[in-house]
Amino acid sequence: MADIFHYIFAVDFAYSALRVTTPILFAAIASVVAERSGASNIALEGIMLFAALFGAIGSGLTGSLLWGFLAALGGGLVIALLLAYFGLFLKTDIILAGIALNTLATGGTVFLMFAIIGDKGSTTSLISRSFPRIDIPLIRSIPVLGPIISGQNTLTYLAFITVFLVWALLFKTRLGLRMRAVGENAEAAASVGISIKRTKFTALIISGLLAATGGAFLSMGYMSGFTRNMVSGRGFIALAAAAMGQLSPLPTLLASLVFGFFDALSNILAAMRIPDEFVKIIPYLATVAGLVIFSALQVWRLKGKRAEALKAQGKEEKSGA
Amino acid sequence: MKDPGQNKISLENRFEALRFFCAIGIAILLSFVIIILVSREPFTALRNLFLGPLSSMRRFGNVVELAITLTFSGLAVAVMFSANQFNMGAEGSFYAAGAVAAMTALGLPLPPVIHPLFAILLGGLTGAVICAIPALLKAKWGASELVSSLMLNYVFFYFTRYFCNTVFKDPDSGYVSTYLLPLTAKLPRIIGGTRIHLGLFIVIAVTLLTVIFIKRTRWGYALIQTGRSPGFAGYSGINTSWVLIYSQLLGGFIAGVGGSVEVLGMYDRFQWQNLPGYGFDGVIVAILARNRPAWVPVAAFLLSYIRIGADRMSTATDVTSEMIAIIQGIIIMLVAAQAFMSRQRQKMLIKEIRSHG
Repeated sequence: MADIFHYIFAVDFAYSALRVTTPILFAAIASVVAERSGASNIALEGIMLFAALFGAIGSGLTGSLLWGFLAALGGGLVIALLLAYFGLFLKTDIILAGIALNTLATGGTVFLMFAIIGDKGSTTSLISRSFPRIDIPLIRSIPVLGPIISGQNTLTYLAFITVFLVWALLFKTRLGLRMRAVGENAEAAASVGISIKRTKFTALIISGLLAATGGAFLSMGYMSGFTRNMVSGRGFIALAAAAMGQLSPLPTLLASLVFGFFDALSNILAAMRIPDEFVKIIPYLATVAGLVIFSALQVWRLKGKRAEALKAQGKEEKSGA
Repeated sequence: MKDPGQNKISLENRFEALRFFCAIGIAILLSFVIIILVSREPFTALRNLFLGPLSSMRRFGNVVELAITLTFSGLAVAVMFSANQFNMGAEGSFYAAGAVAAMTALGLPLPPVIHPLFAILLGGLTGAVICAIPALLKAKWGASELVSSLMLNYVFFYFTRYFCNTVFKDPDSGYVSTYLLPLTAKLPRIIGGTRIHLGLFIVIAVTLLTVIFIKRTRWGYALIQTGRSPGFAGYSGINTSWVLIYSQLLGGFIAGVGGSVEVLGMYDRFQWQNLPGYGFDGVIVAILARNRPAWVPVAAFLLSYIRIGADRMSTATDVTSEMIAIIQGIIIMLVAAQAFMSRQRQKMLIKEIRSHG
């Protein structure tokens, strides 16, 4: 037991927690963008899978990191476009479409991998490129904090920057205002001339690109290459993180860090003598627990507000009478 | 005099059938295109995909065996989705119930007929509990049932796998699996030359019971009304929270029975090391059947046929069976697309009105 604490309070642990938070954070922020404009993106899992595969194969075949990254974005975009097309234009229930696209991606990535490189398990036969780690000169030399923050993958930094970019997008730009307007009351937004479809479409594309970057991190940073089902539920953990963050960028970042913590914890415990099953269960159990605790808190808060409102109303009526 | 309402329903049904077959047609075309693009022997691949299941008694048997499984999971998901709940717990239920049934078979020595019945019952209850949890969390605290059920799938999967891989593990089997399931607990095969087992009768019974439940009982009626419009159902005196919970309990029970029947009918040992995917297949089946229990076996048979065809294709040629996942995804989205062929629907409606006008 003492050993575990020894591990958790180590610098390495915090470093790895930030690392494993990265894909969850990208996907969670992607969910925030989509959900804010009233279009649920349940296909995060599939988008990340496609992006991870395309990134690994693209960079492996071209030998270029940039082309690999573009391929990853393109792969993710295919799923996002399908989601937008079916969900917005053919009026498929967008949650069903998301579920369908996730199953499509699970098998589809294996099919494509086999068709392109003749392997059904992983892309280890290709030498794919990874995003480099960055040592930040001044920060590196800060004690404790330095080795945690410095030397992370490029995309890890990008993920944290994205949180602020998305915050700015949502709250400081016209497009963001439109998205929130459509998300909160689509008919009212339409009545002042905002195109609902176009706004939701834009949001889903942005959401898709963000999730695709998270997928690219998995195969071009976290690991070097694609293995089947490598996303393993992170897209859904991200949905929980976004819900816990009440669809606001900063709280979503915090929620993602919590799940990243449990993910890192399970990685550490895997090295100890604890049955594999109990180690792997941790991130999922933490997600359910987090989701429940948070939803419960929200319900209580709402009840409190309603009670207050009723009280205030009662007073008014009394004073009126 | 014909009741005009009657006409509308039949038109609606005809249109849905038309749209369904168009979706299938598009999917078949798409599989042609994909196979021709990737395969060096496209015609062998296509022949195996579409005719492979008919090439021998054993393979057609495979279709029926898989259809039994998919009917269970399709019914489970159809019942749960009818309440407008995106509960994906059928997957975890299938696995955990299979594991529980296997453990019951191994751990409790019971006489022949009672043994499988008791194992299936315990499996069903396991499934019911697993699927009811997301509904409870939703009803009480509004937690997203989609996310919680997906996460709980992993939780119950790892939890039950732990026991199968430790307490009941057979160290001498040569691979990771439990001990041999005792013969008293297994479901006997019923058709020579295939592995079709007694589960066929169980699934027919479960299908009939589900149809009767939805169509003929007060609870089934409340379920459908709640799924259509929870607000209206609530105002008309239906306790919608309770509907939400019993529908997921029932769906989970069916999934659990399915998992247990699968394990006791098809395998000598319990050896699933990953989630089998049957619960997610149930989603495909339920959507194809538009959540109507009576259509679930048909949809399950269709999916099963194409799956076995894909397996044949992948053993005989250079196209992998995973290709079918792409086709499935497109079919689901087309079948569920309200605006797909909406112009055609309009035309049919106008024609109908004119001919009666």
